[in-house]
Amino acid sequence: MVAKNKHNEIVKAESKDLNFFYADGTQALKNVSLPVYENKITALIGPSGCGKSTFLRCFNRMHDLYPGNRYDGEITLHPDNTNILDKKVDPIEVRMRISMVFQKPNPFPKSIYENVAYGLRVRGETNARVIDEKIEEALKGASLWEEVKDRLQDLAFNLSGGQQQRLCIARALATEPEIMLFDEPTSALDPIATVNIEELMSGLKDKLSILIVTHNMQQAARISDYTAYMYLGELVEHDKTDTIFTKPSKKETEDYITGKFG
Amino acid sequence: MTIKTSKKTAVDVNAIRRLIKKHKKNDLMFAALGMFVIASLTITLIILFLDLVLDGYPKFTLDFFTNFPSRRAARAGILSAWVGSSLVLLVTFFVAVPLGIAAGIYLEEYAKKNWISDIIEINVSNLAGVPSIIYGLLALGLFVYSFGLGQSILTAGLTLALLMLPIVIVSTREAIRAIPIHIREAAYAVGATKWQVVLHHVVQYSYGGILTGVIIGMARAIGETAPVITIGALTFIAFLPPSPVSIDPPFLNFAWLNAGFTVLPIQMFNWISRPQHAFHINAAATGAVIIILTAMMNGFAIKLRYNVRKKIKW
Repeated sequence: MVAKNKHNEIVKAESKDLNFFYADGTQALKNVSLPVYENKITALIGPSGCGKSTFLRCFNRMHDLYPGNRYDGEITLHPDNTNILDKKVDPIEVRMRISMVFQKPNPFPKSIYENVAYGLRVRGETNARVIDEKIEEALKGASLWEEVKDRLQDLAFNLSGGQQQRLCIARALATEPEIMLFDEPTSALDPIATVNIEELMSGLKDKLSILIVTHNMQQAARISDYTAYMYLGELVEHDKTDTIFTKPSKKETEDYITGKFG
Repeated sequence: MTIKTSKKTAVDVNAIRRLIKKHKKNDLMFAALGMFVIASLTITLIILFLDLVLDGYPKFTLDFFTNFPSRRAARAGILSAWVGSSLVLLVTFFVAVPLGIAAGIYLEEYAKKNWISDIIEINVSNLAGVPSIIYGLLALGLFVYSFGLGQSILTAGLTLALLMLPIVIVSTREAIRAIPIHIREAAYAVGATKWQVVLHHVVQYSYGGILTGVIIGMARAIGETAPVITIGALTFIAFLPPSPVSIDPPFLNFAWLNAGFTVLPIQMFNWISRPQHAFHINAAATGAVIIILTAMMNGFAIKLRYNVRKKIKW
C-alpha cells in the first residue's frame, strides 16, 4: 500500500510527534509531525533557532554523533516502514539511504574524484570502471562535470565556493539516496552560484525526495513544492508553497512571510 | 571652477594625532621588548653552539665517528655512543609511536567523555612534565628488576618510550582536534563508520601534526641522560652490539636488544667529568653532534608541517 495524505501526494517519509532534546536538556523540537513527499521539494522556513536544522539533522541521525542527545517519537521511512529513529536501527544504515548537503561546502581535502568516490568506497565498491561511471553520472547530476572533467585529480579545495558545494551535492548524489537533505546549502554562496544550485535542486527531484532548510523565503518560494513554517520548535503550518505564500491559514505564518516578524 | 572644501570640523585633529602617537608608543615598546628577549635567547644559543663547535673542531674527522672510546683522548671516538643512541631510539620509536598514536586516537575519538577520561587526560598532560629521572627510577624497578630485562638497549628504549609517549599522545590529540567538525560530519553523512572516519580522514589529515610530535619527542629522547644513567647504561664501552640485520636468513636478529650500550649524552658526560683538557674537546664535539642532530630533527618536523599545511586548507 502506498501511503497518501491530505495533499494526495506519495509520502516518502514522515515524522510523527517528534520531540528532540539536546544533551543540556533543551527541547529543540515539540511534537513535530511532517511528511516528506516523494519527488517533491519540501522547504523548512522559520526564524533562527526555530529548530528547522535540528529537525533536518534527525533524518540522518546526525545528532547521534554527540552524546546525550535524545529523540522521542518517530520518523517512518517508506516503503519499508522503518522507524529510522529506532535505537535498533543503525544510524549508518540511515545515512546510506538519506544523504545530506551542509551549509558550508565541506569537501574532503582530497581530489575531486576521491570526494565523489568516497560514498561508493564506503559501500564496498572496488570496481574502478563502475566508480568512474557513477562519478561521471553524479558530477553531471550536480552540473559540475563540464567544469571538472579534465582535472578530476585536482584537490577539491582549488574549486570555487559554488563549485565546492556542487561537488558536495555530487558526493551526496553518487550513492543514489532516497532522500537528500539540504541545510541552507546556498547561505555561504554568491547569487550566481545560488541560482545554479537552485536549478540543480529542481532537476534532482525527479529522482529523489528533497528536504531543504532555508532562511531565504524567496528561495523557498522559488524552488519548493511544499513549505513548512516552524517556530520555537513547533510546526506552525505545512502546506503547498503557493498556499503558504499567498493565503496562509495561520496568522503567525502570514506575519513571518510578510516580514512583520522574524 | 573652484572646488569647495569643508571648513567645518567638530574634532581637534591635532589632539587625535597626539593620542595616536601616545598609543603607538606602547606598540613600539612591546615590539622592542620582544625583540630584546628573542635576540638574547637566540644569541645565547648561538654562542653556546659556536663555543662547542670551536672547541670540538679538531675532532670533526671521520675517525671520531668510527673509533671506540679510548683512554687516549686523541684516539677516542663516539662509535659505540652513536650506534647505541640509534638503536635505543629505534626501540623507542617502534614502541612509543604506535602506542602513542593509538592512545591519542582512542582518547579523542572513542573514549566516552566522563570522569575517568578526564583523569586520564590530566595525567597524560602531567606525565609530559615529570622529571626524566623519575622515569629512570621507574624503569630501574620495573624493566631492570621486575621484568629482568637487564641494563640493555631494550630497557633504555622502553624507558625513553615512556618519556616520549605523553608527547606523542598530546600532539596526536591536538592534531586530531584541529580537524574541523564539518569535515567529520561530511564523512559520517556519507555513511562511514567510526573506524572508516578515523582511517580515511582523521589519520590522513592529522599526520603532519602527529609526525611533528613524534619527531619532537625523538629529539627530546636523544638528549636524555638522567634516566639512561639511572637504569645503568655503561659509560665506557669498546664493542658494538650484535648487528640487527644480517646477510643470512632470517636477515633480522634481536640479540642486540639485550646488549649493553652507551648513548651520546652519557659519552659526553663521561668525557666532561675527566680532568684532562683533551677529553673536554671530545665532549664539546659530541655536544655539537647532539645539537646538530636535534636541530636536524626539528627542522625536518617544521618542513613536514609546512608541507602538510600547504596541502590542507580548512
